[in-house]
Amino acid sequence: MCGLIGIIDTSGARFSGRDIVAGITAMEERGNGLGAGFAVYGCYPQYADCYAFHVMYTNPDGRPQVEVFLREHFLVVHAEEVPHRTVSDLPNPPLIWRYFLQPPFTIPDEAQYVVERVMRVNTAGLGAYIYASGKNVGVFKGVGHPGQIAEYFGVEEYSGYLWTAHTRFPTNTPGWWGGAHPFGLLDWTVVHNGEISSYGTNRRYLEMMGYHCTMQTDTEVIAYAADFLMRRHSLPVEIAAQVLAAPLWNEIARMEAAEQRLARTLRQVYGPLLINGPFTVIIARHGEMIGLGDRIRLRPLTAAVCGDRLYLASEEAPIRLICPQPERVWTPLGGEPVVGRLKTPLQDEGILVWVESPMYAV
Amino acid sequence: MGVRERVEIDATGIPYRELNARLREAVENGAERIDLYNVCGQRYIGSGLHKPVEIHIHGTPGNDLAAFMDGPRIIVHGNAQDGCGNTMNGGEVIIHGRAGDAIGYAMRGGKVFVRDDVGYRVGIHIKEYQEQRPIIVIGGTAQHFLGEYMAGGVLVVLGLSLAPGERHIATYIGTGMHGGVIYVRGEIAPHQLGREVGCVPLDERDETLLRQLVGEYAAHFDRDPAAILDRPFTKLVPLSSRPYGRLYAY
Repeated sequence: MCGLIGIIDTSGARFSGRDIVAGITAMEERGNGLGAGFAVYGCYPQYADCYAFHVMYTNPDGRPQVEVFLREHFLVVHAEEVPHRTVSDLPNPPLIWRYFLQPPFTIPDEAQYVVERVMRVNTAGLGAYIYASGKNVGVFKGVGHPGQIAEYFGVEEYSGYLWTAHTRFPTNTPGWWGGAHPFGLLDWTVVHNGEISSYGTNRRYLEMMGYHCTMQTDTEVIAYAADFLMRRHSLPVEIAAQVLAAPLWNEIARMEAAEQRLARTLRQVYGPLLINGPFTVIIARHGEMIGLGDRIRLRPLTAAVCGDRLYLASEEAPIRLICPQPERVWTPLGGEPVVGRLKTPLQDEGILVWVESPMYAV
Repeated sequence: MGVRERVEIDATGIPYRELNARLREAVENGAERIDLYNVCGQRYIGSGLHKPVEIHIHGTPGNDLAAFMDGPRIIVHGNAQDGCGNTMNGGEVIIHGRAGDAIGYAMRGGKVFVRDDVGYRVGIHIKEYQEQRPIIVIGGTAQHFLGEYMAGGVLVVLGLSLAPGERHIATYIGTGMHGGVIYVRGEIAPHQLGREVGCVPLDERDETLLRQLVGEYAAHFDRDPAAILDRPFTKLVPLSSRPYGRLYAY
């Protein structure tokens, strides 16, 4: 049973990783030490306009080839090994580098350009995995308990306006460094509690759309599905949620005619992207943190509002550790997304109210 | 106040195993009242305890509060999380706040009172046997799958958190129900019920039971029982004692 937590400061104020580290380590019982990770938005202000590729080299010999490839396809503004401490009980951490990249010339669909190159590296058989590729987004993850991973990467020294974190209890797939959550592509990151039994179907469909699953973990499909539905097809969150967590047929039967048509159409058009299996996910992108659970709530999700911040977590207590007196605490209904947006105060629980809000301006 | 009578434990930073060991030790040493302060997410508090001790929890207890508990009275000054009263056999849990999912999961006896709302699957597979008849009273409203696979016992949902004109939104109420009874203050539409559930009129025994349970709820949370009893209740019962008897029959 995994654990997850997310915090967004909707005023855009950046805060250190200390809070989220406290929150996720309070839920260490939910993981078993075979994976933990953090995502942070706004942590690379000096390279804010660059795609921050985080690359895990399970085979250090792959690095020269990957770097040649990156230099061919991007301007490499800066490259360095991801700084880390030595943590004695972390077994065999792989070599991890980060590259701050810009496209070499003006590209009409820059995001697609980046995605295709990420997929090419990940499927090249070099043992190298680009596990994060967003602008001004950091992902720090590996095999260990959250406290160990936080210590290893110095997570509390980073600052961002949106943080997510995860502690893993793998049930189906190996606990390896690349299998820890969050999973990232462009500025999407996903942390997940549950098990995606529709993985095979989702994966085959996504492969047709150019996304290749290489991280040996079911959660990977959610990151790619989010990118596909919400970026490539520009679906708003409420609609994407109806694909990922589709309303049940008896609910559809009770909808108004127009709503029914939409629900049926989504099921027909995006059938292979319906997610089956218990899940609670926190999907994040710049400016937005989305909490979503499966339709029949087979995994927990608690939401809370505290001043400018929206909190999402597997349990209430870790939220209270950070914010002892939230204004509001609730458990969102399955299938109904809870969204915290920058410069946008929350209103109704579980329902998006604002359609237009300014994206985080760097 | 002597050590035997009242014990205070500051739970700050204490992992749940150690906290529960200290709690058990205090109970074994004859404490009559134990206050736990700064509780934040520690699980299984009260688990397996069977002496008639009163435990006050200040803070947010973690999952499975009072799991397998058999006798004590736990009062939570705050919200409870998931699985409170899991397989509880006796005693009482009184929550001055809301509670999460699967409250009273497989409960066998005793009582749980929640002042505010609850999550999914409250009372899932709650059961009764002879004098053992567990009770769950929810002051607010419940989310979906209330009373899933219910086999016995009593669930009461008062809807006090609903605005005027607002309805309970729970669906799949009593899915798989084959024993026990659910009382909901307010209306429930047919589409909100699981297939195994029917709606029947209340009789005198129901009214007496509700007066008693609402009275207890009102006493715990300082409410006016008459105002609560002033609105009609819906009574839900299983249509069959073996709803899946023919599931594999050809």
